[in-house]
Amino acid sequence: MQRTTMDLWVGLFVGVGIIALMILSLKVGNLNAYNPSQSYVITGNFENIGGLKVRAPVKSAGVVVGRVTDIQFSTQTYDALVTMSVDSRFTFPKDTFASILTSGLLGEQYVGLAAGGDEAVLKDGDKIMKTNSAMVLEELIGRFLFDKASESD
Amino acid sequence: MFRHLISSVRSIGHRTIDGIWRLGYASRFFVLVLLKSGTSLRRFNLVIRELYFTGVLSLIIIVVSGLFVGMVLGLQGFETLQKYGSESAVGTLVALSLVRELGPVVAALLFASRAGSAITAEIGLMKATEQLAAMGMMAVDPIARVVAPRFWSGVISMPLLAAIFSVMGVYGGYLVTVVFIGVDEGSYWSQMQSAVDFRFDILNGFIKSCFFGVAVTAIAVFEGYDATPTAEGVSGATTRTVVTSSLVILGLDFILTAFMFRGVS
Repeated sequence: MQRTTMDLWVGLFVGVGIIALMILSLKVGNLNAYNPSQSYVITGNFENIGGLKVRAPVKSAGVVVGRVTDIQFSTQTYDALVTMSVDSRFTFPKDTFASILTSGLLGEQYVGLAAGGDEAVLKDGDKIMKTNSAMVLEELIGRFLFDKASESD
Repeated sequence: MFRHLISSVRSIGHRTIDGIWRLGYASRFFVLVLLKSGTSLRRFNLVIRELYFTGVLSLIIIVVSGLFVGMVLGLQGFETLQKYGSESAVGTLVALSLVRELGPVVAALLFASRAGSAITAEIGLMKATEQLAAMGMMAVDPIARVVAPRFWSGVISMPLLAAIFSVMGVYGGYLVTVVFIGVDEGSYWSQMQSAVDFRFDILNGFIKSCFFGVAVTAIAVFEGYDATPTAEGVSGATTRTVVTSSLVILGLDFILTAFMFRGVS
């Protein structure tokens, strides 16, 4: 089998194609930034999750530390059970406060973790006890109107 | 009058039966190509030769169109997002629309008209000049020797072309929004990177383009092999390749999108 100039062009084409795939996954998709293989799972019960979705980021101090992996409705407590996988490089105290926040005015919702002061840290499968629900605009307006009405009495 | 009515009803029936007949023949042909592709995998330089014609020669049109599609997306996205003061999200818009939809679909449409039509015309002309029959005389299977290498070259080059198209589009959007208009470079890339997911967006786009590659080249080789061996027949087959594969790409894209992105944000 002889080498021809055609082989050179085909090699160039395949090479450029593979480089394009790598650019897509590394530069556009940012595959290397967050590796979920080494992570631990924590859960939290929220009264209302608002518009939180699976795959939403889990942030602490604005830095992404994990992802929401599962959201389920619990019939025992009648609230939402949110499962999060957190990068095992980051540990959080047992009394960490989890709240559902919104990035920007119209942005996506995420879980914000605010570290407490406990010595013991959250381990795989632990449950966050202190949670804060998502802000629901209707409830907020309703409460505001109710307050106004009771003021004027 | 009555006879006219009957003949029109007859022609509908005839066309339906003919269409089903062709569909069955095409399916059998597709299976036959898969079964006989062992030769083209063993003699891989046959595939490499076809990769040159389908892949390398499609590169120019893919690169240029990708660049311009990305530039238009960046410009239009910027115009709209600017109204809401979120022009930094233009990177997300460009990357997601390219990686999920436009990259695989537009690259496949261009591929169908650039390489698919060429494959059909080549095989059809081989049939018209009785080269395929001559091969059969010499105990060379034309499906294994002519059809299968072309099929596999299309299947290999389609995902690569779609990836190149998407990358060129992302850089085209970068050129227009960051270099010309002046959107912040950091937010262009970082918003894109936080929004584009490897599995859900890039891998699904890749799988889509693989499906399109199989569909377009299967249609192209079948139309060429099935062409009426006249000049008119070959030209009709070439037209049918472009029309059918464009329709199949768009229909398949809807089905694949419904499967892939159902329930994901």
